[in-house]
Amino acid sequence: MYAQMIKSEATDEDPEKLAAFQARIDAGEKIEPKDWMPAGYRKTLIRQIGQHAHSEIVGQLPEGNWITRAPTLERKAILLAKVQDEAGHGLYLYCAAETLGVSRDELTEMLLDGRMKYSSIFNYPTLTWADMGAVGWLVDGAAIMNQVPLQRTSYGPYARAMVRICKEESFHQRQGFAIMMKMAEGTEAQRRMAQDALNRFWYPALMMFGPSDKDSVHSAQSMRWRIKMNTNDELRQKFVNESVPQAKLLGLTVPDPELRWNEEKGGYDYSEPDWSEFFAVIQGHGPCNTDRIEARNKAWDDGAWVREGMLAHARKKAAVRVAAE
Amino acid sequence: MSGNTNASLFEFLLRQGDNTLVLGQRLSEWCGHGPVLEEDIALANIALDLVGQTQLWLALACEVEGTGRSADDLAMLRDVWDFRNLLLVEQPNRDFGMTILRQFLFDQWHLLQLHALAESSEDRVAAIATKAEREVRYHVERSSEAVIALGDGTEESHGRMQGALDRLTPYIGEMFEADAVDAALVRDGVAPEPARLKPAYDSAVAAVLSEATLSMPSVPVAQTGGRSGKRHTEHLGHMLTQMQWLQRAYPGAEW
Repeated sequence: MYAQMIKSEATDEDPEKLAAFQARIDAGEKIEPKDWMPAGYRKTLIRQIGQHAHSEIVGQLPEGNWITRAPTLERKAILLAKVQDEAGHGLYLYCAAETLGVSRDELTEMLLDGRMKYSSIFNYPTLTWADMGAVGWLVDGAAIMNQVPLQRTSYGPYARAMVRICKEESFHQRQGFAIMMKMAEGTEAQRRMAQDALNRFWYPALMMFGPSDKDSVHSAQSMRWRIKMNTNDELRQKFVNESVPQAKLLGLTVPDPELRWNEEKGGYDYSEPDWSEFFAVIQGHGPCNTDRIEARNKAWDDGAWVREGMLAHARKKAAVRVAAE
Repeated sequence: MSGNTNASLFEFLLRQGDNTLVLGQRLSEWCGHGPVLEEDIALANIALDLVGQTQLWLALACEVEGTGRSADDLAMLRDVWDFRNLLLVEQPNRDFGMTILRQFLFDQWHLLQLHALAESSEDRVAAIATKAEREVRYHVERSSEAVIALGDGTEESHGRMQGALDRLTPYIGEMFEADAVDAALVRDGVAPEPARLKPAYDSAVAAVLSEATLSMPSVPVAQTGGRSGKRHTEHLGHMLTQMQWLQRAYPGAEW
């Protein structure tokens, strides 16, 4: 899940308008940019779509970290294509957010100065090639769990962006699993690498769904508005149920001694992640928070002259066109 | 085909594949760090095309060599002195201006060369060139537009682009250099005489530079030695330590 802890905005508008709006949502209608919407709905969506877009952009960094070291030409090409897809997802999502009246530059500045967040998962380092497998398999796997239902979210532009994104994410997850498979079938060192990657990414992947439902204070309003479709724990359980058999297939051990099948609930019982770690990461104290934001700030600052140069040229050309008319 | 001709063809294919490999690797260093999202995506896209072309050229090199080496063996297990790329493409990215100007100088030549190679007497070369030419046409369009915009843009962007041009111009001459390998290929109709591409290159580059308000510096001495393998720059070795690290650290593993 790329949007975590999204605070729902209260709204104090005309009750009749609010009721009519809710009725449209309950009837499964899509809300479009020009439609009336409560200020809280708009603000919450900007926060959620913006955070999702930022996650795609910051998410380029941990994987981009391995493009230049990919072990074969084919792996290099696949990884490049994947990271490029993520930049593309960022682009669709910023466009979706722009329909709500906020510009990409404004959102970017809020990311860079820490007013907006991105998913906690991208604050963990990628240390070996197996991490490219684990990120695809687990991180994209967790993202898909969240994003598939969001294809039916109430806000039209967001739902349509999700349809495009989901198609590509399932390819990403498959390529991640393929890397893990190759490593798991490989040399002793490769198997160790694969297990180590699973050990490091398992709990951070579980954290992607956000805090436990009992501590998740913002869910109810977002669920009524259909911008959040499932609870955090529902999605987390679904993810565990799907991932555990995949780990078995790979011959890897999920790093949870409490993990066992519970016939009664038809799912696995599993250990909760360390939530104090999660909140520390969210508050900026994860292993890579500083590096990630520093890298984004550097790209933005170093690129200022390029953006200004391109803009200046476009203005000159427009002026020439006007003069010619 | 005589052994000698085969050796020349192999050498030629390394030159082709190493150009695209080394430049693709350089561009991929940008991924996630571009000045604006659209440029980030475009650089990755071009890198992807170049890596794809590398796979084709180096696979054909292996076929011609016939010793059972793979394209990955060539990419990941040769040392600096066995690389045959132009010195231009191994130059570091430095800033976006240097990156895009390097791209522009290469793309203009690359397109002309591929266009001529599409008529190669060697069918396998012609097939790769035909496919690559379609991709490179777009690369030329993009890098030319960026050079024009940034050359013409602000005082700062103009200054940076002129600086990049001054810095990279000494590496242009190597594109038109010829040796015994080229002579054999020209004789067999496999590849064009390198110098034959120069007039079209000069005029295409001049047209863009003029629109970009940039001026080509005069260069008394061209820097060469990459395509012959005689003397690379110091930059290539550092690139290889990164690119080849996994294959070197875990020999024989499959990925």
